[in-house]
Amino acid sequence: MDFNDTPQEAAFRAQARAFLDANASLKTETMAVQETEAELLVRAKAWQKLKAENNWACLNWPKEYGGRASTPMERIIWDQEEGLFDVPTGPFAIGLGMCGPTMIAYASEEQKREHLPLMASGEHIWCQLFSEPSAGSDLANLRTRAEPDGDEWIINGQKIWTSGGHYADWGILVTRSDPDVPKHKGLTFFFVNMHTPGIEIKPIKQINGAANFNEIYFTDARIPDSQRLGEVGEGWAVSITTLMNERLAVGNIMRGPDIPELIKLAENTEIDGKPAIANAAVREKIADWYCQSSGLNFTNYRTLSALSRGGVPGPENSITKVVRASKQQDLASFGLDLMDMGGILNENMDDEFLHTYLSSPGSRIAGGTDEILRNIIAERVLGLPQDIRIDKTVAFNEVPNSS
Amino acid sequence: MNFEFSDDQNLLRDQAQGFLQRNCPIEAVRAVLEGDQAHDTKLWKGIVEMGWTATTIPENYGGIGLGHLELCVLAEELGRCLAPTPFSSSLYLATEVLLMCADDRQKQHWLPKLAEGVAIGTFALAEGAKPPSKNNIETRVQNGKISGCKIPVPDGEVADFAVVLAKDEAGHSLYLVELKDQGVTRRTVKSVDPSRSYAELSFASSPAEPLGKLGDGFSITDQLLNRAAILFAFEQVGGAQASLEMARQYTLERYAFGRPIASFQAIKHKLADMYIALTLAHSNCYYGAWALSNNAAELPLAAATARVSATEAFQLCAKENIQSHGGMGFTWEFNCHLYYRRAKATSLNLGSLNRWKELLVSHLLDSNNVSKTL
Repeated sequence: MDFNDTPQEAAFRAQARAFLDANASLKTETMAVQETEAELLVRAKAWQKLKAENNWACLNWPKEYGGRASTPMERIIWDQEEGLFDVPTGPFAIGLGMCGPTMIAYASEEQKREHLPLMASGEHIWCQLFSEPSAGSDLANLRTRAEPDGDEWIINGQKIWTSGGHYADWGILVTRSDPDVPKHKGLTFFFVNMHTPGIEIKPIKQINGAANFNEIYFTDARIPDSQRLGEVGEGWAVSITTLMNERLAVGNIMRGPDIPELIKLAENTEIDGKPAIANAAVREKIADWYCQSSGLNFTNYRTLSALSRGGVPGPENSITKVVRASKQQDLASFGLDLMDMGGILNENMDDEFLHTYLSSPGSRIAGGTDEILRNIIAERVLGLPQDIRIDKTVAFNEVPNSS
Repeated sequence: MNFEFSDDQNLLRDQAQGFLQRNCPIEAVRAVLEGDQAHDTKLWKGIVEMGWTATTIPENYGGIGLGHLELCVLAEELGRCLAPTPFSSSLYLATEVLLMCADDRQKQHWLPKLAEGVAIGTFALAEGAKPPSKNNIETRVQNGKISGCKIPVPDGEVADFAVVLAKDEAGHSLYLVELKDQGVTRRTVKSVDPSRSYAELSFASSPAEPLGKLGDGFSITDQLLNRAAILFAFEQVGGAQASLEMARQYTLERYAFGRPIASFQAIKHKLADMYIALTLAHSNCYYGAWALSNNAAELPLAAATARVSATEAFQLCAKENIQSHGGMGFTWEFNCHLYYRRAKATSLNLGSLNRWKELLVSHLLDSNNVSKTL
């Protein structure tokens, strides 16, 4: 038992590190994040382009589409090393992590050669048009209509929670093409140019003041049938391909204060005239959260060990997001408590505890709510039965709905 | 990254599971719980024949010289089946403390006997309902004779010797006391977990030989408890897994409102939470196993982390297993309470959760461990 790379892994890590050292700077503790979204996009696109030119983009994709054909372990080593550097990768997370793999699985050879290299080099940003006002956890309840018209489809409806939709060039879209059959059987999947006439994008302001998400309205927007992914009525199977890649993509992008930051705060705040770090209740909280952080960290190491041996990881990693999101929320709230009355202040958003207090509710919902993730653990890991469903066998337009 | 048990260690796990399925069914645990015997002597004999008691003892002292990773594997399996034997006292505590600080003569005398299962050892620390500290240990050694009272002592009823923490002229030191000697009185005591044996040991000027450096009693004890905490954490994780599996089986078979109760989200989410706690604890145990087998500088922090998270996981799984069984879970007849009892006993046997959380934070603040491990 050890934490060491194999010789091949070590060589790969050194190679990755050499490129990063030569082209980027390490993260520092006091990093200013005072750039506008437009500035961030410029920086992100430049970095992605540089990576693509040097064969460090989309490591696990095939070479002919702009990837490197790396092993899963090599991809993780790259992510670990890149994560140490001050480089923006967020705007590409959904496109490269979810849209790309879906295109690889379902697009025509010509389409793959046209779109994937542009995605890999950051020239085109992609988004995911899945959720709707009445289709979140129950995604298959979606109602955006696709109706055939010659060799085109006419799209009408509304998508929501579309991250980056306001700056995306392309998107992947799941629609209802047949409401007269059961909900999972009447779906059809497309990719779509976001500049198509009839697509209207409205940002959603979140509780933390940011606006990463959008509502996307489709009004008689036309998509050529050649941009359909999978057969008509097979959209659910395509969606599953996308979602299988989702947890890989969003699993590790949560940021926020953790144990080191909490300890630092507790050393610099007081309870009853003594440093908060000396308080037994504070220490107990630190112990509990440390056990969670440590447990997730070493769970990840177990997964990596399986990948390193060329094996398939066990189900352990299914717990990651559900543990981390709640911990982040509780820890941020507790950090504000340590500031006592001063914790009320919101003079600027650079306080990471306040920032996380306001952003963490989203982490517990995005990419699968806590409740859905517990269902997944119960059903897929523990083998417990699905809930009884009244919506699976009746025609979609006969399923009871809230509106 | 090679943060996994080896193929050989997993083979040992398979063998252990096979042996324990045959020789330690839950009925055997219940027999000890309900009967008068201190432990399952037939099972203990089998364990000795399997060579498990020799696991960590070097070959020149009659052992088989495997490592602590192998002992972690065995601990998890013994914990899973609630094995009612003195294995933990004799291996995680007595053998471990001898390996840590005994002189060669003491090792020559005791280790071969422990390896062969001819002798059983234990560690006597507690003196009633208070955390042992330099201010409250009353057991005293003067002129090579020990006097005082230790309670509860695990397996004190059947052990051949106990390593005892006592006051002396040097401060506090460890002493090895043969329990058949003059002036030793043993009284079996009732406990929260009668599937294991606890005793009160009273010493009245009994012969006691120093073990380890005089005056080092507390520092050796702390190190010993750290090592034992990792091994017990594997037992706790084994017990937690068994509790979760029991809840899973029952809720799949039990119907209410026309369907298996395992199809209700209230039950599914409860079991998912048990799985989450168990998985975090298991991974922290791996960290402990790594630290133990490498004598790593991080061992104290790894031990406290494994201890806290395994204690909480076993207690959660054991209590929610009862809850998942409904009224039947509260009956003597169902086996849920065997895990519930063991969960509480193992949460206390090396000091309470409070003690270990406090240790965890102290170690965290003492070092750069935070940045190294997170």
